[in-house]
Amino acid sequence: MEIGQHISQRYNEELEDIRNQVLKMGGLVESQAEQAVKALLESDFELAKAVANGDEAVNQMEVDIDEECTRVIARRQPTASDLRLVVAVVKVITDLERIGDEAEKIARYSKKLAKKQNITRMHSELSHMSQLVLTMLHDSLDAFARLDADGAVRILGKDQQVNVELDNLSRLLITFMMEDPRHIKSALRVSWCARSLERIADHAQNICEYVIYLVKGKDVRHTSLEHIRSKYFPYDIEDGEE
Amino acid sequence: MTDVINTMPGMPRAAPLESETPKPAVDAITGEKHRSEFDVEINGTVGKPLVDNAKMSSRNCDVFYGDKQAIFGVDLDIGNNEIIAMIGPSGCGKSTFLRVLNRMNDTISICRVTGEHTLDGEDIYGKKTDPVLLRARVGMVFQKPNPFPKSIYDNVAYGARLHGLASNRSELDDLVEASLIKAGLFKEVKDDLQKPGTGLSGGQQQRLCIARAIAVDPEVILMDEPTSALDPIATATIEELMDELKSNYTIAIVTHSMQQAARVSQRTAYFHMGKLVEVNDTDKVFTNPEHQLTENYITGRFG
Repeated sequence: MEIGQHISQRYNEELEDIRNQVLKMGGLVESQAEQAVKALLESDFELAKAVANGDEAVNQMEVDIDEECTRVIARRQPTASDLRLVVAVVKVITDLERIGDEAEKIARYSKKLAKKQNITRMHSELSHMSQLVLTMLHDSLDAFARLDADGAVRILGKDQQVNVELDNLSRLLITFMMEDPRHIKSALRVSWCARSLERIADHAQNICEYVIYLVKGKDVRHTSLEHIRSKYFPYDIEDGEE
Repeated sequence: MTDVINTMPGMPRAAPLESETPKPAVDAITGEKHRSEFDVEINGTVGKPLVDNAKMSSRNCDVFYGDKQAIFGVDLDIGNNEIIAMIGPSGCGKSTFLRVLNRMNDTISICRVTGEHTLDGEDIYGKKTDPVLLRARVGMVFQKPNPFPKSIYDNVAYGARLHGLASNRSELDDLVEASLIKAGLFKEVKDDLQKPGTGLSGGQQQRLCIARAIAVDPEVILMDEPTSALDPIATATIEELMDELKSNYTIAIVTHSMQQAARVSQRTAYFHMGKLVEVNDTDKVFTNPEHQLTENYITGRFG
């Protein structure tokens, strides 16, 4: 897939500009999610506050990119891969904005959690899950940046691991709550953070589906992973480091 | 015409512009061999050039102007009651192919058409086929509106008189009125039927030509860039008209406007250097074309 090489140089620039803005927004959202997780794990109140206030920038980028996409559709009537690019971008930024919202939520809970120093044991349990989710997010943005459908399909299905982690964590949190009812409030907040992380993983998956649509022209939403792999990726995709 | 074909503007370079990393030899989805970005090799037609309910069929169509070949081995069906759009750069052979379908090329002495061409299964180039009768069944609308220098009424009635389609004056009146209604022109001209057709606006003239084509009750209507001389409103009227006509007629349209092809047609055929590169459902062509050349053309990447 090529974005450039239109006869109209201006059109090349417009599409390239949209793509760059999405990459920039992706970078910002990824950093928001990382910082939110860091604030949570390290009980860093100030960092949590900064993340919670940073969501506005993400929202603004979504609005700006949406507007730019509308303008390109109106002026250029994109077709084929150009059309798929614009459609994929409109969808990707919606998911990015939602990831930003989830990061903001994590930051808000972290602010409250940071004030109670006695529950470090609980949210350290989030460490593994958050690493898993942040890696998924990073890889999905990478797949978008490289227009790498193989990379995208490798990430699909990893949310299963995240769901398992979420189940384990919930069980653990219930134990904490039964041990000492005074922990219920904090345990619920940790649980909501875990829930937000799980949502981020879902959004990252959506981004991967749009990458596959963009590159292959096939809509793979609501399709089983086995089906996607056997139908569209019959060759071996070497799995990344597990 | 030969000049047009000789020069053929807008060809991409045959050699790839940049070296790329090798891809898998076979595409994962289509099972086809991968083509490099600017590979212009065309081996047959991709997509679905043939249909089950063909109104017209061409097989192995070659067209020559003198010793210059303009069309190379085109196989294409035009389905019943469908609108098929033919797109491609200037000189790609799309208009030439359209003219094959009602033997319009017969009028060009140096033009030679080979292959099998049928209408409802009958050979249209057969010895028994009368080209005049064929053109009554396969009508044509041209780029520039070309009404006869006669009244609006006579423009529409001309073909019907020629082919004896009306036995008396009142039948002819009805036929003229019905044709003008179908062409969406009647309301505008009903009080001026005796005025000259050439006095109408461009868009009205083109609808008059469509009414004239419809009056002889054709089965297929060929349109060669029917709106390229018209403003957007007149264009929209003609496109709306085509949509209404398709329930009774089969329409093949050659157009330079990709958006028009996308708007009006059910199937789209992409021609390139006299070859039929791709035929697919219009939705597919404009969202996910199979051939790289089609993609380059419709996305404006033609170098």
